[in-house]
Amino acid sequence: MEAYINLFIKSVFIENMALSFFLGMCTFIAVSKKIETAVGLGIAVVIVQTLTVPANNLIYSFLLKEGALSWAGLKDVDLSFIALMACIGVIAAIVQILEMVLDKFFPALYNALGIFLPLITVNCAILAGSLFMIERDYAFGESVVYGVGSGFGWALAITAMAGVREKLKYSDVPQGLRGLGITFITAGLMAMGFMAFSGIQL
Amino acid sequence: MTTVSHQELAARGLWHNNQALVALLGLCPLLAVSNSLLNGLTLGLATTGVMVVSGSLIAAFRDRLIASIRLPLFVLVIAVTVSSIDLLMQAFLFELHQTLGLFIPLIVTNCAILGRIEAFACRHPVREAGLDGLYTGLGFSGVLVALGAGRELLGQGTLGSLTLFDGYQGFQLAMQPPGAFIALGLLIAVRNAVVSWLRKP
Repeated sequence: MEAYINLFIKSVFIENMALSFFLGMCTFIAVSKKIETAVGLGIAVVIVQTLTVPANNLIYSFLLKEGALSWAGLKDVDLSFIALMACIGVIAAIVQILEMVLDKFFPALYNALGIFLPLITVNCAILAGSLFMIERDYAFGESVVYGVGSGFGWALAITAMAGVREKLKYSDVPQGLRGLGITFITAGLMAMGFMAFSGIQL
Repeated sequence: MTTVSHQELAARGLWHNNQALVALLGLCPLLAVSNSLLNGLTLGLATTGVMVVSGSLIAAFRDRLIASIRLPLFVLVIAVTVSSIDLLMQAFLFELHQTLGLFIPLIVTNCAILGRIEAFACRHPVREAGLDGLYTGLGFSGVLVALGAGRELLGQGTLGSLTLFDGYQGFQLAMQPPGAFIALGLLIAVRNAVVSWLRKP
């Protein structure tokens, strides 16, 4: 149990997807103008990440990994070179299915998330979650925790960023830095804050 | 279908619609890999290669595309191209491949590539789509190289294999994640300054 809690904290703070690995940056910058939309996107990312990382874990360990096909009598088959294509396919499919399920059974949530769901397919934080999971060889339990944690960390970062940017509207920024320039510098300062976690060993 | 001149494609890809500084697409690899000149250059060239190949492929099949499933198709074509480049680099440039690590596969989700295919390549002939990919990729590489060189110079006092300052203590901030954000912010500010200076009579 303790190992899972450690992994969760590590994936939320120390290895924050957005601020220490720069993943999902395009949406991070584009959708962080208002807190409400940022929270909506954050929730969508947590849901998708929680579903895709364990799903890709199962597919990788039972179909693609070296020797994984031994249950089908194929001992020497190593399909790990198509892991990338399998991952992105699974992510696109899950996003599509999720969209249809939400539309049918939870219309309120579906309307709230709106365009953010399809956007998530090209959010690299999602793909990177699955690829990190493969690279670090997580077991199924760990992959569930890692999926929730990394999604939550990203949601936390974009919400905080949106909060700062809402306040930033009232401040007097030097001419050339107005707009995107100052946004990046803000993100840099936030990343510095998150670096404070980097020495922690769990 | 409109034809676009060579010069216009070049000007757009390299400056007016620079994917990294103006459209703000493909930021993740841009920020993460730009900590040295060599890394920036390699990733830039790999991205350019993927853009040219996948753009031309899509353009070649543009009349047969079915609109409703075009996005998964684009993603698959990009994924195939990226996997090939990934395997080629593993075979011939192993050490570089080790340092770039996860970021080669992540070219798949570089939204700049998908963006160019969706906005340009699927509506234009092969030659124009290829050229557009080339110039957009070069514009993107230019920013990667500028960021990489600046951060390496500030952070370690070196540039590729050259050591410019002897006994330089190093400036950790420039090498770390926050440095990348701040450097890109300043680079955008520089571009804004140049644009407003050019506009002055």
